[in-house]
Amino acid sequence: MSNLEWTDAAAVDDVPEDDVIGIVVAGRDLALYSAGGEIFATDNICTHGQARLCEGFLEGHEIECPLHQGRFDVRTGQPTCAPVTEAIRSYPVKVEGDRVFLAFA
Amino acid sequence: MSTDTIVIVGTGQAGGWAAQTLRKEGHAGKVVLIGDEPHIPYERPPLSKAVLAGEATAESTYLVKREAFDALALDWRPSVRVTAIDRADRQLRLSAGEPIGYDKLILCNGGRARTLPVPGVDLPGIFTLRNIEDAKALGQVLLPGKRLVVVGGGWIGLEVAATARKKGLAVTVVEAMNRLCERTVPPEISAYLSRLHASHDTQVILGASVAAFARADDGTLRTKLNDGTELACDAVLIGIGLVPNDELARAAGLACDGGVLVDAQCRTSDADILAAGDVASWHCEWAGRRMRLESWQNAQEQGIAAARSALGIGVRYQPLPWFWSDQYETNLQIYGMPTPAHRVVARGAPDSDSFMLFYLDGNVVSAALGPNVARDLRFARRLIEQRKAIDPDRLADLRVPMSKL
Repeated sequence: MSNLEWTDAAAVDDVPEDDVIGIVVAGRDLALYSAGGEIFATDNICTHGQARLCEGFLEGHEIECPLHQGRFDVRTGQPTCAPVTEAIRSYPVKVEGDRVFLAFA
Repeated sequence: MSTDTIVIVGTGQAGGWAAQTLRKEGHAGKVVLIGDEPHIPYERPPLSKAVLAGEATAESTYLVKREAFDALALDWRPSVRVTAIDRADRQLRLSAGEPIGYDKLILCNGGRARTLPVPGVDLPGIFTLRNIEDAKALGQVLLPGKRLVVVGGGWIGLEVAATARKKGLAVTVVEAMNRLCERTVPPEISAYLSRLHASHDTQVILGASVAAFARADDGTLRTKLNDGTELACDAVLIGIGLVPNDELARAAGLACDGGVLVDAQCRTSDADILAAGDVASWHCEWAGRRMRLESWQNAQEQGIAAARSALGIGVRYQPLPWFWSDQYETNLQIYGMPTPAHRVVARGAPDSDSFMLFYLDGNVVSAALGPNVARDLRFARRLIEQRKAIDPDRLADLRVPMSKL
C-alpha cells in the first residue's frame, strides 16, 4: 500500500456513523461510508440503474440502492443482492488524524 | 437433477431472472429460454419513461449485458411462440422448430395489453404499450405540438402522460373510474396524482369511457366519449391494464383463474410446471387474498424463487409487495397492501408534495406509501417487516426521525 498515491477526500466527521455521503473528488462521483467504525469508499453511481448510492440505505456493510434495492458490499464493491450483477469499483481508504484519504491508482 | 432440461417460456424480466438463477445455483443441465420477443431479457419500466422519451436505448433495459447473457450458455429461442404444452409426453410444441422436451417447465409468459372493444380501435395512431417495439412506435409520434389522448388513468397511462407533456404534447387523460389509479392506491394518492397532472396542464377527465375512435376528414383522430364529447387528437395510447397469457396453461389443463394458479413454491397444479411473474396468481399474505402482482419486484423475485424451486431448493415466496412509479420529478412508492380496513396515520400533510401514509393493524404498521419520501419509506419497510407495535403519535411526528422509530 505504501506506493499508493493518496488524495485528501474528506474530514472523518463529514461521514455520519453507519451512514453514507456523496462527495466529488478529482472529478469522481464517490460514496463514502462509515460502517462498524471504519470508512469505505466506492463509486457513487449504481451499476444497474444509474441511481446515486449516497441516497441509499446502509445496513451493516451493505449499501442498498435507492432505486431498485440492489445491494453491494461496501468493503469490496461486490454485488450481494439482485438486480445488480456487476461489481461497483471500491477504493483504498486510509484515515490520518481527522482526514480521510483515498487512492485512485 | 443437474442434467435435467429446464425450459423457461417467456423472455421478460421473470424469465430472465429464472434463467440466471438456474445457472447461479449451479444447474449444469440444459436451459431452454423461449419467447416471442426478439430481445434478450429486459426490464419494462423504462419503456414508459426514458426509452419512450428517446433518452435511453432499448439495450439499456437489458437485465444483463449481451456478453453476460451469452455466458449463461442457454438454448435461447427468440421470436418463437409455444403453441401447446403436451404434459403426457412432457414436451412443448413451437411455432418454429421441433418440439422440445422438458423435465421442469417454468411459465413466465406474462401478459398482453388489454384493448378496448370499440369501433375504430384498430386505426393507425392508436397504440398500446407493453414491449420495446411498442415504445419505439409510440415514441415516434410523441412530437412537440401534437395532441395525445391517454385512455386509462393507471400507472402506464399516467407515466406516458408525463413523458408526452415533457416532450411538448398536449395531453388529455380519460379514466372510467372516479379517481386515478383507483385499483391500486387510496384516495389521498389519487388526489395527489390529480394535482400533479393538473399542475402540468394535463386535462384529466374522470368517470368517462370511450365509445369509439374515428378518423376525421383532416386526417386527425377523434376520441368519442359516451357522453358525446369528441376529443380531437393526433395519437391515442390505451393503457387499461394487462390480460394474463394463461391460455397456454389452461389449454394444458393446469388450474387457472385470471392467471396460472401457483403455491408458495411457485408450483402450478402440475408439480413439474412452475409459473412466475405477471402470469402467476398466488396467495399473498400481505393482501390476504390470491392475486397477480404486476410489478417489477414480483417479476424479479418470483422468477428467482421459481428457478430455485425447480431445482428442489425449498422456497416460500411471500415478499412484502413493493411498487414504485416515476412521473415528472415525483417518485411514488408503496410498501405492503393498504386496505380500507386499516387505520391511516399521516406523516406530513397529504395535500403537500411530500408526505407518507401509514396503514396500521392496531399499532402495527402493515403498509406505507407516499410521494417523494423514498428514503423515509425505506425505514418504514423495516417497521413493516419487524411487525413491531409503534405509538401512532410518534409515526406522525416529523420531529422524530424515521431512523429512530
